[in-house]
Amino acid sequence: MTKPVLEITDLHKKFKEIEVLKGVDLTMATGDVVSVIGSSGSGKTTMLRCVNLLEDFEQGSITIDGEEIGYTSAPQRRRRKESEIARQRSMTGMVFQQFNLFPHMSALGNVTLGLLKVKKLPKPEATAIAERWLERVGMAERRNHYPGQLSGGQQQRVAIARAIAMNPKVMLFDEVTSALDPELVNEVLNVIKSLAADGMTMLLVTHEMKFAYEVSRRVVFMNQGKIEEQGAPEAVFRNPQSKRLAEFLKNAKF
Amino acid sequence: MLDFTRFFAELYPARWAILEGVGMTLVISALSIVLGTILGIGVALSLVYGGRLQRFVVRAFLEYVRGTPVFVLILASYYLLSGVIQLTPFQAGLIALTVFCSSHVGENLRGALLALPRGQTEAAKAIGLTFRQTFVYVLAPLALRQALPAWINTAAELVKASTLLSVIGVVELMLTTRQIIARNFMSLEFYLLAGIIYFLISFSIERLGRRVERRVSLPS
Repeated sequence: MTKPVLEITDLHKKFKEIEVLKGVDLTMATGDVVSVIGSSGSGKTTMLRCVNLLEDFEQGSITIDGEEIGYTSAPQRRRRKESEIARQRSMTGMVFQQFNLFPHMSALGNVTLGLLKVKKLPKPEATAIAERWLERVGMAERRNHYPGQLSGGQQQRVAIARAIAMNPKVMLFDEVTSALDPELVNEVLNVIKSLAADGMTMLLVTHEMKFAYEVSRRVVFMNQGKIEEQGAPEAVFRNPQSKRLAEFLKNAKF
Repeated sequence: MLDFTRFFAELYPARWAILEGVGMTLVISALSIVLGTILGIGVALSLVYGGRLQRFVVRAFLEYVRGTPVFVLILASYYLLSGVIQLTPFQAGLIALTVFCSSHVGENLRGALLALPRGQTEAAKAIGLTFRQTFVYVLAPLALRQALPAWINTAAELVKASTLLSVIGVVELMLTTRQIIARNFMSLEFYLLAGIIYFLISFSIERLGRRVERRVSLPS
């Protein structure tokens, strides 16, 4: 395997007294597409949010492209400075369940904001990059529309463009179709599929089993704050080893 | 009853005094709205993002100001502060109205900031914006829109509250009116006139405010 682009080691996370992550290890190589499945409360979204540093974590480390993010472990564990954390956040692109587009900016404005203010690109360049990505997700004609004027599926595609335009090392998708009407799910999944085909490194939390099966190189099953089982989609879905996974798949109607 | 012929005869020589009074009302209201808004933004920021001590101090200030009638604030500003520094009635009045305005703006803006969906902050963070950038480009534009209707209301309130400055001798429209009446005893006519002028000012602020609101409303 090539040098890992994402390496999660012994990740622990507590909310008050409740331990939601109890030692998660996960490694991804460039171009990997990994889907995380599991029931609600298993910690999959929390893990993803830790990778984007939207959650603090008490123990373990996350490394992106060889750089330890969020905390320094040597000489002692210390949280990094806010400006450092902000920079490290832009190494990953996050797409949220609720889209979270900025309602006071057009589709184009949403995508260019990070390019202008974080990457400090000149405006023509930022606009060119943004337009290219909006085109890629099929939203070029609506680049001047505001989020309130777009359907859920369209908003989510703009949100994908906003995240990926920052040229992140890893794209993180947090149940990105859960808030969509059934007939809008596919337009979003197709965009993700085509990005996967292009070799984008992606970590997805999803409830779409069929999609996870089709798009992933590897599927990870999380249960009670731990990775219970992982492997090629074929193996995980057709031949589950653990009882919990077999049960979960039966209920998930795969 | 109303004696129009005499009223106009009395109005003519008083016209400049009235205009000056209107001018003073507008100037001191506008100044206190601007300064009060700036101070109010500071109040809101302290309440939402400040440390424990900062929040406590600002909260105490806010509770005190909001629990006190504007009239008392004005008198306190003039008579109490004057013991410490020499203030003209104008300065004392400006301080009182600014403080009054800041308490309203601060509370409204605090509510608006807290009402913003968490997802907005998270999305801004996720693309790598610092906290300051997140505030400037995402949170502030949304919160200000949210707070705008209440802010317009505060502006209109301030114009009306400025009438109280007459008691400490700021020669604004109310005091001017009273001075004119003291000369010609036409209280009904001239108070009516003052009322109409105040109404027109407040009404204009409301109308202007609605237009701004429509301009900046989120497209949907």
